Amino acid sequence: MSMANTTVQTSTAAGARQDVTEPYGPKPRRMFSRRNIFLYGTLIVVALYYLLPLYVMVVTSLKGMPEIRLGNIFSPPLEITFEPWVKAWATACTGLNCDGLSRGFWNSVRITVPSVLLSIAIASVNGYALANWRFKGADTFFVILIVGAFIPYQVMIYPIVIILREIGLYGSLSGLVIVHSIFGMPILTLLFRNYFSSMPEELFRAARVDGAGFWGIFLRIMLPMSLPIFVVAIILQVTGIWNDFLFGVVYTRPDTYPMTVQLNNIVNSVQGVKEYNVNMAATILTGLVPLIVYFISGKLFVRGIAAGAVKG
Amino acid sequence: MTAANGTSVSIQDLSLNFGVISVLQTLNLDVAEGEFIVLLGPSGCGKSTLLNCIAGLLDISEGRIFIKGKNVTWEEPKDRGIGMVFQSYALYPQMTVEKNLSFGLRVAGIPKDEIGKRIARAAEILQIEPLLQRKPAALSGGQRQRVAIGRALVRDVDVFLFDEPLSNLDAKLRAELRVEIKLLHRKLQNTMIYVTHDQIEAMTLADRIAVMKGGVIQQLDAPQTIYNRPVNRFVAGFLGSPAMNFIDGHLENADGGWRFVADALKIPLGTYDFAGPPVAGPVSFGIRPEHVSLNSGTGWPFSTDAKVEVVEPMGSDTLVWLKLAQQNFSVRVTSERTPKNDEAVTLGFDPMRASLFDTATGTRI
Repeated sequence: MSMANTTVQTSTAAGARQDVTEPYGPKPRRMFSRRNIFLYGTLIVVALYYLLPLYVMVVTSLKGMPEIRLGNIFSPPLEITFEPWVKAWATACTGLNCDGLSRGFWNSVRITVPSVLLSIAIASVNGYALANWRFKGADTFFVILIVGAFIPYQVMIYPIVIILREIGLYGSLSGLVIVHSIFGMPILTLLFRNYFSSMPEELFRAARVDGAGFWGIFLRIMLPMSLPIFVVAIILQVTGIWNDFLFGVVYTRPDTYPMTVQLNNIVNSVQGVKEYNVNMAATILTGLVPLIVYFISGKLFVRGIAAGAVKG
Repeated sequence: MTAANGTSVSIQDLSLNFGVISVLQTLNLDVAEGEFIVLLGPSGCGKSTLLNCIAGLLDISEGRIFIKGKNVTWEEPKDRGIGMVFQSYALYPQMTVEKNLSFGLRVAGIPKDEIGKRIARAAEILQIEPLLQRKPAALSGGQRQRVAIGRALVRDVDVFLFDEPLSNLDAKLRAELRVEIKLLHRKLQNTMIYVTHDQIEAMTLADRIAVMKGGVIQQLDAPQTIYNRPVNRFVAGFLGSPAMNFIDGHLENADGGWRFVADALKIPLGTYDFAGPPVAGPVSFGIRPEHVSLNSGTGWPFSTDAKVEVVEPMGSDTLVWLKLAQQNFSVRVTSERTPKNDEAVTLGFDPMRASLFDTATGTRI
């Protein structure tokens, strides 16, 4: 009893000593607390680490070759020139072609757009069927699909070359579109299945009682509710397919090379002087599409990723 | 064999298994035209599963289902002539109330003016006319559930299925909508099958209650019959709030009459209506708290003395806890007659109102 009393008194006394006034309202926070210094310090260092190469690339791409030879890679350009950008886009040579990256850009567009549309269209229906129409063998099918996601691509490269050759699509853009669509299937199906599973089951049942069928429920009930996950899927696919190099170099011919392969050929060409400014400009041009996609849809992307978690 | 005349829904030998787990076991249920049936039971008893089978949302393993004399066992939900109301309302979030109501009709290709007429009628019955252009997100829970009922209403069906429709609402709204559903049933005279775990909803709404446990209907009867003459100890304990008192003891025949004995407590069963010829052995004696009288003279066929342990005032009445044969026992009294703690009282009741259950099997004796 007396012990307890003593403790209470000590703590009150200590509290009174430290505080001039009673604690009231929000707890005050110091700007330069140890926590803030660590937090923002780390963020700034990491940001610099990632931004520095980009800075060097931009700066170099705007310099002429004589200025580059001076060797000050961090200094801003003395004379800004857009010559390297024009050259990279329109006249840089890869092998026999001397029309720059433009050919590769349009090839990549012709590969990416149909691949993204096709893979998302199929995967969304897959995911919907797996989540809502529990057909016989659905679980087995799903497991096989997921295992597919873990098999290294390299294992399948040669068999697919043979398959494409046999059906006469080897070297064509449509062949590559098919390959991209197939390889996007496991992860996209998983994405859509999980999203549709998170939707209330009773909604699906209500639609069935209302008489809607497989496609009716998908198109009229599920699709209008799934914009966030479609945005996520589009971002994943656009960036993934645009950045792909391996499939592009294996399954296409020089005149149908995607932009990434052409970039490699420009940068790695062994004859003549290394035109660093042109290489930098070409690299930025190639990376521009995914960058723009991220900037435009960043917010939607985060919302889509979180959608599965917060949806009631 | 077809369903009997006047039967709206007839379930014959229905079984449902998920793999080796048996959810429903050879279940039979006949629902009369215009009847309000409540499927009542604890969660996991198969009541919602049964409703989903009737709706055609689950494929059954055995048996068949008739609706309006037509075998619908293999029919799609939309062709069964049923409308369903869900616990989570299940309104289509991207559609306005009007589109929600008309969705099923549009799918079925019903002409526009007919759709308009039906929506107007449903909106009038449910008083949701001002809400027609709103999205579900802009509605309160009660309004959403009204729209969900409206969606079943516009389909002009014979049978309404309710799957715990009031469970997501707060207590006050629940009581309001309960009355509205009852009024709706009186107005429409449709067959309604209503799933709930709330015994108040079951007692107030049902023409007949089917109490379920473990995929089996334990008792199917009018609410009062189930309340007064439960067929087994599970039903007796599930219905009633506060719950029925049970005293464990045994049945014996002494001096030419049967009596219940637990320790020093001896209750003569002269007025008890045995379900079959009684046999001596261990039994549970059950009596509802409101069937026991406190300090009301000695005119009862059975009375005994006891000491109050705890008093629980509940506003309209008071629950008095005491010990009978060393076992907890509660008595419900009006709040004016609330005794004090530790007060000595006299209990009296008529064994006619009691229920005796076999301790081993739980069935009514």
